[in-house]
Amino acid sequence: MQKHVIEVEDMTVAYEEKPVLWDIDINIPKGVLMAIVGPNGAGKSTLIKAMLNLVKPISGKVLFNGLSYECQRRYIGYVPQRGSVDWDFPTSVLDVVLMGTYGKIGWIKRPGKKEKEKSLDAIKKVGMEEFVDRQISQLSGGQQQRVFLARALVQDADIYFMDEPFQGVDAKTERAIINILKELRLRGKTVIVVHHDLQTVKEYFDWVALLNTKLIQYGKVDEVFTDENLRITYGSTDRVLKGEV
Amino acid sequence: MMSLELLLKDYTLQIVALGSAVLGAVSGVLGSFAVLRKQSLLGDAVSHAALPGIAFVFLITGIKNTEMLLLGALISGLIGTFMIIIIDQYTRIKFDSALGLTLSSFFGLGLVLLTYIQKLPNSNQAGLEHFIFGQASTLLKRDVFIMIGLGVIILLVVALFWKELKLFSFDPQFGKSIGFSNVKINVILSSITVVAIIIGLQSVGVILMSALLVAPGVAARQWTDKLSMMVILAALFGIFSGVLGTLISSLVDNMPTGPVIVVVISLIVFFSLFFASNRGIFWRHIKHGKNKRNINDSRVLINLYELALNHKDVYHPHKTEVINLTNNKDKGNANVIKRLLYLCEKGYAKRDYFDTWSITDKGIKKAKSIIDNQGGESL
Amino acid sequence: MTPQLEIVIIAVIVSAACSVLGVFLILRKMAMMTDAISHTILLGIVVAFFITESLTSPLLIIGAALVGLLTVYLTEALRRTRLMAEDSSIGIVFPFLFSIAIILITKYAGNIHLDVDSVLLGELVFVPFDRLIVLGRDIGAKSLYVMGTILFIDLLYVILFYKELKLVTFDAALAAVLGFSPIAIHYSLMGLVSITAVGAFEAVGSILVIAFMIGPPVSAYMITDKLRNMLILSTLIGIINSIIGYRLSVIFDVAIAGSIATVIGITFLIVFITAPKRGMLTIINSRRRRKIEYAMASLLLHLCNHENTDREEIESNRHSIYQHLNWSKKFLEKILYKALNLNYITLNNEYLKLTPKGREYAIRCYDDIGYSI
Repeated sequence: MQKHVIEVEDMTVAYEEKPVLWDIDINIPKGVLMAIVGPNGAGKSTLIKAMLNLVKPISGKVLFNGLSYECQRRYIGYVPQRGSVDWDFPTSVLDVVLMGTYGKIGWIKRPGKKEKEKSLDAIKKVGMEEFVDRQISQLSGGQQQRVFLARALVQDADIYFMDEPFQGVDAKTERAIINILKELRLRGKTVIVVHHDLQTVKEYFDWVALLNTKLIQYGKVDEVFTDENLRITYGSTDRVLKGEV
Repeated sequence: MMSLELLLKDYTLQIVALGSAVLGAVSGVLGSFAVLRKQSLLGDAVSHAALPGIAFVFLITGIKNTEMLLLGALISGLIGTFMIIIIDQYTRIKFDSALGLTLSSFFGLGLVLLTYIQKLPNSNQAGLEHFIFGQASTLLKRDVFIMIGLGVIILLVVALFWKELKLFSFDPQFGKSIGFSNVKINVILSSITVVAIIIGLQSVGVILMSALLVAPGVAARQWTDKLSMMVILAALFGIFSGVLGTLISSLVDNMPTGPVIVVVISLIVFFSLFFASNRGIFWRHIKHGKNKRNINDSRVLINLYELALNHKDVYHPHKTEVINLTNNKDKGNANVIKRLLYLCEKGYAKRDYFDTWSITDKGIKKAKSIIDNQGGESL
Repeated sequence: MTPQLEIVIIAVIVSAACSVLGVFLILRKMAMMTDAISHTILLGIVVAFFITESLTSPLLIIGAALVGLLTVYLTEALRRTRLMAEDSSIGIVFPFLFSIAIILITKYAGNIHLDVDSVLLGELVFVPFDRLIVLGRDIGAKSLYVMGTILFIDLLYVILFYKELKLVTFDAALAAVLGFSPIAIHYSLMGLVSITAVGAFEAVGSILVIAFMIGPPVSAYMITDKLRNMLILSTLIGIINSIIGYRLSVIFDVAIAGSIATVIGITFLIVFITAPKRGMLTIINSRRRRKIEYAMASLLLHLCNHENTDREEIESNRHSIYQHLNWSKKFLEKILYKALNLNYITLNNEYLKLTPKGREYAIRCYDDIGYSI
């Protein structure tokens, strides 16, 4: 049997009255590129936040390589939604990417030359080398997303969580991002992506989880991403055919 | 009872209480809009910004004429509001920084002018600093008449523009799209808010005025979801705290009126937060506890159901440890036993021996329907 | 050291300590929380005074800091109920705690030597009267040492935890994932803000503390795009403002702290209007320039579209074209004048005609617009 890098058991999250996530069990093998899809309000972001300990579940536990989140923190990378930060913050592209190295440096110590080189490499990889010293508010949406991706790359993690990296980006950025994600997978990393666009699931990902409060199905895209399962997830095929819900 | 008697007899007290009541009513009404528009602290900034206006008018005229001083306060309060809006619109500086900057630099200017006046020869400046802390007990009949007059004007304006104010508190973008000018509404609302603050300056002062613009609205919001109801309730809370605060401060020695009014209205807010119908923290807590228990009950039932499905004989009994929820493993079985006993009581499960349990037909049916409803259904 | 010099030095220290922390406060949208803290610490001072019966005890600072943290905690607890917005929760907690403090002071005014006016308004002039005596020798104003220590702690904190402060302020979720507790950073920062506010209140009063904390950082924010520069610039602005403010207060014989706060406000106003890149003048100018550029492009495109068509005569008439473009006549004249000057068009018997250069420009604009969409 294949070893699982992420195991979620009996995860239930409730904010107020109704559960946002209901009894999620999911085992993700190493080296997959997995999309989490589902309608608005299905709890997609909540699921990755709960896995990362940013939201406290009512019940359930998450194991990374058989260990708790705290023990495995340094092997986990996270790309939050682009809208979750203040882009007017007085800082440059390089500075934001450097933040990815902070986890490994620890408290008080400063990033040095090594970290800087690593960050510049990552910036080059996402095609932003012209903008190294640019103030972040002067970037387009796609460029901002690429900066976030570069920041995740320097985290040098084994498992990546990304919250809607394709939200509001141009076609060029979308290609750049997906190429990098695929490269990460080739290097044996596991990548979990909250995704919105059903049209591209088959092309971009090899695994998919269909979520609507509870986990409808998950597994290889070819096996799981069927019309029948989508109908269960989204309620009606009609809305699914329109491409987005 | 004694206080009521006092209120009926003491003429000065009546005047002060009337003034506080008017202030409470007006600030309750306007505060409701400020709270809904998420501009609760604008009042704080504007009331501080009024100080240099007061000092400046006195510096020019040299007399303490209430109307003139209030006019000065109005003008500098509006300038302050205007500055805040401009900074917020034209720069990346956040709204709260714009508030803080404006209130403190205007207040600083006010202090500079006040100290300058104090050092002028033969100036009759005594009492100007009352605008900073307020001095309800010095209210004169004439002052209260001015307050009532201004209060009536404010309420009339609110009644006149009710529809627009409602629209703009809820969805300014939409209001703009259907052709109402955002700027005009802003100016109207800011102007009457400044007037209300000015009513309060004499009795509660610059610093505490902001509380009166926030607290009644927040308290009222807890009891109703309807704007008209909210505004009326806020006005009532304002009047109540104004009158009660005045009474307390007149009955107890050395009790400053403004702060007592603020404490009274704050207590009303805390009470409302805890006990208001539906929204109150107290009720919600009870509901939440019930909910969490309910979710856990459902989960235990579903665990039992899944165990049953995996077994040839659905009614096969299972041990408590096996049924236990994952996250409870380190906490022992006590909790699960409690849940299971509850399920037995409801007829969803059966206790076979001391620590083995099995599902019933009713339980299977229930488990299926919970799974279909994603836990939204209660037991 | 003369009292005058001591006053200036204290003012400089206060403003430096405040503006260093203030940079993070405005970026964390905590400006009004600072205002709240600077008022509620009064409660801490009063309660600590009741316990120690001394106005010089270090317990006063501790008490004030605790109440400062309590203010932050209560505000957040109220907000977490989701029954009100964040600004409302500040607007409730702070007047409540502050009112209790005022009631306590007024009620026991007889046996307290704590004057509300002096707490709120502060007076730097009196600060040098309170001396620090060590071994029978007067070694300077006490405030100088207290504020100096506070400034040292603030600077040490910001330098040591610069990286953490930056990360938590910019992206708290990532900070949590990387193992830097946003709560620890938040409360330590607010604790220092409380301590700094206590130290400063005696000198400048609680209302003006916020001018020192918010003003210089906001001005610096208008000028620079780098956090490090913002810290340095904000400290410099704070120091210069307090020196100028002090000089002016001496000249006009007015309250020192008020005068500094006024200078802080005026400094912001100047920066707000003239700052390169983000100032009002630049913004208005670039808006006007863009409007003219855009108008020029649409005029040229309009001519380009109707070139060699049968409507060309109607559409390119100087006296009617403004109606087609829906402009005022005056605006058209202005654009025409510019276009003629740049040699984009020629005027041929009241008819406008594109030059090759104008045509090229129009096409380039058209392509640019297409690209940006």
